[in-house]
Amino acid sequence: MSAQVSTALRDPDGGSGHTRADDPGDNLVEMRGVSFRRGEMMIFDGLDMNIRRGQVTAIMGPSGTGKTTLLRLLTGQLRPDAGTVRVGDYDVPTLGLNRLYDLRRQMGMLFQNGALLTDYNVFDNVAFPLREHTRLPERLIRHIVLTKLHAVGLRGAAWLYPAELSGGMNRRVALARAIVMDPDILIYDEPFVGLDPISMGVIVRLIRRLNDALGLTSIVVSHDIHELEVVADESFLLAEGRVVAHGPHRELMAQDSALVRQFMHGEADGPVPYHFPAPDYATDLLNTPGRR
Amino acid sequence: MGLLGELGATLASFLRTLGSMAIFLGRLIAYTPAGLMRFRLVVHQVHNTGALSLVIIMLSGFFVGMVLALQGFDLLARFNSENVLGGATALALIKELGPVITALLFAGRAGTALASEIGLMKATDQLSAMEMMAVDPMRRVVLPRFLGGIIAMPLLVAVFTAIGIFGAWTIGVALMGVDPGVFWSQMQSLVSMDDVREGIFKSVVFGVTASLVAVYEGYTAWPTAEGVGRATTRTVVITAVAVLILDYMITAALL
Amino acid sequence: MQQTRTVELGTGLFVFLGLAALFFLTTQTTGSGMGRVETYSVTARFDNIGGLTGRAPVTMAGVTIGRVEKIALDPDRLDAVVTLKIDRRFDQIPEDSEASILTAGLLGGNYIGIGAGGSMDALRDGDEIYITQSALVLESLISRFLFSQSEDQSDEDND
Repeated sequence: MSAQVSTALRDPDGGSGHTRADDPGDNLVEMRGVSFRRGEMMIFDGLDMNIRRGQVTAIMGPSGTGKTTLLRLLTGQLRPDAGTVRVGDYDVPTLGLNRLYDLRRQMGMLFQNGALLTDYNVFDNVAFPLREHTRLPERLIRHIVLTKLHAVGLRGAAWLYPAELSGGMNRRVALARAIVMDPDILIYDEPFVGLDPISMGVIVRLIRRLNDALGLTSIVVSHDIHELEVVADESFLLAEGRVVAHGPHRELMAQDSALVRQFMHGEADGPVPYHFPAPDYATDLLNTPGRR
Repeated sequence: MGLLGELGATLASFLRTLGSMAIFLGRLIAYTPAGLMRFRLVVHQVHNTGALSLVIIMLSGFFVGMVLALQGFDLLARFNSENVLGGATALALIKELGPVITALLFAGRAGTALASEIGLMKATDQLSAMEMMAVDPMRRVVLPRFLGGIIAMPLLVAVFTAIGIFGAWTIGVALMGVDPGVFWSQMQSLVSMDDVREGIFKSVVFGVTASLVAVYEGYTAWPTAEGVGRATTRTVVITAVAVLILDYMITAALL
Repeated sequence: MQQTRTVELGTGLFVFLGLAALFFLTTQTTGSGMGRVETYSVTARFDNIGGLTGRAPVTMAGVTIGRVEKIALDPDRLDAVVTLKIDRRFDQIPEDSEASILTAGLLGGNYIGIGAGGSMDALRDGDEIYITQSALVLESLISRFLFSQSEDQSDEDND
């Protein structure tokens, strides 16, 4: 059952993402009219987004625009208030826990800080999904784990604990863990935050290489425009609960809309205001002090 | 009006916590048969909550037994009834002090560890990562800890009580000169199987309570350093109050 | 897997200690035998049981031979019916023995002491002990004492 769906999700001629980039019908992820509110705050209001199979897609936006929320909607950790979220053949918001777990077995996710299990060493962390979901003999598990660790260049660190690794190494181990079940979709949540330039370069290259070598579909949430320039095939720019611009990353950089320019070139004030919404400055200063 | 409103809000939040804890307990119970299948995980948690609490439990038990014997001897000597010292201390330990003090120590030692461990796993996205790996953290992380605590508590209570009786013996017989034969025979004529059963029943109830509060507080903690800190504090406070209230209710019901 | 082994060893030690303690509590601190051993029941009527409670010991010549099982009020005769559970080993108690409610120490609990009678027949299950002595209630003792005192004085100052 799960294997059947798996083939449905996977790119049939595995790993040729670039050549298919301009085929408009080949969407792996489709979000239609997605609305989501948290309390009073409207986070998404009629969001539409297509993510193509076999590509590296970047999702960008100023902080607080709900990029992480978007990922949670995509993985079924949150349900939208309105609209549809489709991943392959799955209608995500309607899935029960078992079907949701079926879907997630075909997804890998890299969390911001790696989110390695602190009780286990590197080897056991990478082996964790295998031990939970399969009954493979220990020798085979060892073989798979060391292969994946080798791919991220950390086979030598297999017996260390997460606390003994640097931030960049933590993230690479988490990446090995994310691909150990051979997923079809790999999601990166802010993979470049807080890394030194060398680690950053390593991660950037890994994202590209894994995507092409394993025939994955990668989704990268980030606001590091320059790193994304290297890896992203297509980019979405989120603001005010909607997609304000999308297209190939380079074209987006050149686009002339005020908001895109502000984000892409890092201007302090613009369509995204510098000030948090507040009453008029002068009236506020003249008001008598006290709680409102 | 303001005071009344605040009181109402406090009551409402209390009821909400109680309700969500009950639902949480229901989920854990529903998962328990499957959880017991992976007994290795539970054994690991029996080690974490039980074996690692053993030293503090034994030390406390011994001193509680000794102080009980000292106070008891002083009191009983006024009525020339030193002979019942063995029975009096054993009864107090078996029925009350054993289960209650062990539960309080458990909350402080194992409960806080459980809550902060789960809370930190949440704060560092480890639980979300498990969800993303299609592993249910309720079943993989919370349930083994809950079951481990429930298994560990009665054993800890038994150790505490037994050591406490030896503490009382040390003071009563070795130091105050109560006849050892009288000490034991008085104990045996005073303590009945029902008393021991009451103690075991209490230890099981407290084990469920303390473990539930700890894993619930950890799992629902606000995923920040401060939230985890609050969760551990709440674990100790809620467990202590709940155990003392339950202790009264059980005692009143059984007498 | 050195770590797994220490965990298992520690847990094993802990569980062993816990079970040993539990065994100690159930066998060594409780009245050996009582409750598990075969018993038989006899009843006794008292005008006043004082502070007697369930599970109070029943002794003969100071040795515990049983426990109070049940205390009830007879609604017709308005006296207390106490059911005693006595160890089967002590089945030679003369049927004309006397049951009295005694107090252990000054503040100790009440218990039932059985004084042997002289009959050749022994008490059997369901029998009743007819000769009984009620609890000495401190208040009634005191008031009786005061009453006799005041009677002596009542000639001089009446009222």
